[in-house]
Amino acid sequence: MIFYVACAVAAWLFLVGVYGIATSDNLVHLVLCLVVVQASTYVLLSAVGYRHGGVAPVFADVTQTQTTVDSVVQALMLTDIVVEATVVALLLAITVQIKKRTGIVDPNNVNLLRG
Amino acid sequence: MTALPALPVVIPLLMAALLVALGSHLHRRLMDLLALLTAGSVTGICAYLTYKSSHGSPIVYWFGNWTPEKHFALGISFVIDPIGGGLATLVAFLIFAALLFSWRYLEAVKSLFHALMLIFMAGMCGLCLTGDLFNLFVWFEVMTASGVTLCGYKSEEHGPLQGALNFAVTNTLGAYLTLTGIALIYAYAGSLNMAQVSQTLITHPPGGHLVQIGFLFLVAGFLVKSAVFPFHFWLADAHAVAPTPVCVLFSGVMVELGLYATARIYWSVFAPSFHASEGALRTVLLTMGVLTAVVGALQCFTQRHLKRLLAFSTISHVGLMFIGFALLDSDALAGTAMYVIGHGLVKAALFICVGILLHRFQSVDEFELQGIGINSPWTGLLLFLGAIGLSGIPPFTNCVGESMIDESAKKMGLEWLSLVFIFAGAITSGAVLRIGARIWLGWGVRDEEAISRASQKAHLGPETEGSHRRVPWSMWVPACALLLIAMAIGEIGSLRSATRTFSEQMLRTADYNALVLEVTPMPSAVRLDPGEFDSSIGKQVIALAIAVLLALLSLFPNLLGSARKSLGNLVDLALRPLKAIHTGRIGDFVAWFIFGIAAYGAILLLCTK
Repeated sequence: MIFYVACAVAAWLFLVGVYGIATSDNLVHLVLCLVVVQASTYVLLSAVGYRHGGVAPVFADVTQTQTTVDSVVQALMLTDIVVEATVVALLLAITVQIKKRTGIVDPNNVNLLRG
Repeated sequence: MTALPALPVVIPLLMAALLVALGSHLHRRLMDLLALLTAGSVTGICAYLTYKSSHGSPIVYWFGNWTPEKHFALGISFVIDPIGGGLATLVAFLIFAALLFSWRYLEAVKSLFHALMLIFMAGMCGLCLTGDLFNLFVWFEVMTASGVTLCGYKSEEHGPLQGALNFAVTNTLGAYLTLTGIALIYAYAGSLNMAQVSQTLITHPPGGHLVQIGFLFLVAGFLVKSAVFPFHFWLADAHAVAPTPVCVLFSGVMVELGLYATARIYWSVFAPSFHASEGALRTVLLTMGVLTAVVGALQCFTQRHLKRLLAFSTISHVGLMFIGFALLDSDALAGTAMYVIGHGLVKAALFICVGILLHRFQSVDEFELQGIGINSPWTGLLLFLGAIGLSGIPPFTNCVGESMIDESAKKMGLEWLSLVFIFAGAITSGAVLRIGARIWLGWGVRDEEAISRASQKAHLGPETEGSHRRVPWSMWVPACALLLIAMAIGEIGSLRSATRTFSEQMLRTADYNALVLEVTPMPSAVRLDPGEFDSSIGKQVIALAIAVLLALLSLFPNLLGSARKSLGNLVDLALRPLKAIHTGRIGDFVAWFIFGIAAYGAILLLCTK
């Protein structure tokens, strides 16, 4: 049950983020919509790893017979957060440079790349 | 050296870190030498690994020695088979050529350029060699992030920044969909290792449409990377503004790596599960390939910005390679492998020629450069050779690839695919012949107002300093070498037999699983002979003839009188909607992405029995 709710939330976040990117008129807003899209993958991954009645997978405190949530998925999420931080930092740096060079942060200002 | 398989990614990353740390204290030439040495050594290591895996079974390397426990894969693996290893060797070799080219290029750069190139190489090599789904995603992101930075390297100008932004947003969005696919597959299979997932899908076939949806989501990111229609819009923008050594890499290998990842995911994970819907998948993939080839070729011909023109021709040829993969057959895959090598080398050489033009004349606009090329005739010769190479004429390697794919298509009753090859080859070759003739022979009508109108578009700041009167050897030697290699290796029978043998091996999923999960060692690949392929030289000569005709027609509007004028207007009218959708806006690209995924997914599901 929880899994399907989480999937629905992930799908919603993904589509809302994509809608934001498609209709954005400010580069900073566009980059943050990309962050929202990434958040959908976090929700999905957490849902995949969840186990009913499971505790945190810290095996120093937990005996071998207790159910824990899936730790691989949490490792995937941490990796994704790092990757996303890098990419978003890169995109924001590009945005700052665009503002410096042209004074406009509108993604629709693309007369150089048409055709 | 048991850790040798890990070195192609470890060495470049360490050297990149070293270069960034010591960058301000090192002389520029020393940094060049270190980077070249690293690229050279990685080329050697990858070549050796490819050789070793071809005389025996694919090499399986488990990081941290986490070997499978009771035939269940727990760790992250690199699985090096000759196809992946060969592609990694091509990657490292092209990085070497690009670094050699940038010896004189980008005079004012600091250590960041070399470090970024090395990280780019590490990402690409990692992607070729890995045997784990999430590891594939990580290397994909490393490749994208460093590629974006290299693309926007000339951050003083607006164009590179905009191109880099397009590149980053579209590829990252594709990567997020890949990640969603990984999550769904992991939810079912409980593992990220390709062989383990494949084994689980075979022994416990999932109900519903998990296989189709999972596959489509997983390869979504790689389809964006390989610029399949309608995810191709970012590529032309990124190529138009990237520095030339970076363009060489983008067109030469980065785009093809998306295709390799798709093939790897299909053959190593999903192939046995797709038995029922193989026909549906073949339809979808062929649609992708044909649309990409046609759209790329048509857009290519209408460009006047040299780099954008070459970028669209890359898109077109990648469409052709995709057709080779789409046939889902071992001979077609072997043909695709040969085509990747041949096209990669020729396209790299063409980009280097454009880079030489930019170095000497500070422009990449076709009309602005009209007639000026007479001052560097040898570059012109190289460009004409490259143009002919694009049409698939022997002795170029892509000719061999093309005949293998044609043969395979004929066996399946799809002979009309060779028409697509002729179409794309003729138009892309014709476009490059046209720019060659205009720039070096000065043919064609001079259009003064068009020159001034568009010259702001193609205006790029100088990428080099120093004397612009001569072409330094570090620039034309890589181009020459690449073209010569492209012409020579197609004829090596052992290369053709090797691609046939190991493509066939790549298709054997059950053996792959058994090898990786340490159930049984893989039986030695049965050596296939080079194969007698109907060399279909006639088709390629027709393609070249059409190319020459198209070039002449567009250069001399008065050649056929009024008939040509009305035909020209008709063609313009037909192509106008195509040009209109290439708006350069990220929002449009993202909308096309969602539409494309939805459409392909719908076709896949509807055609599945």
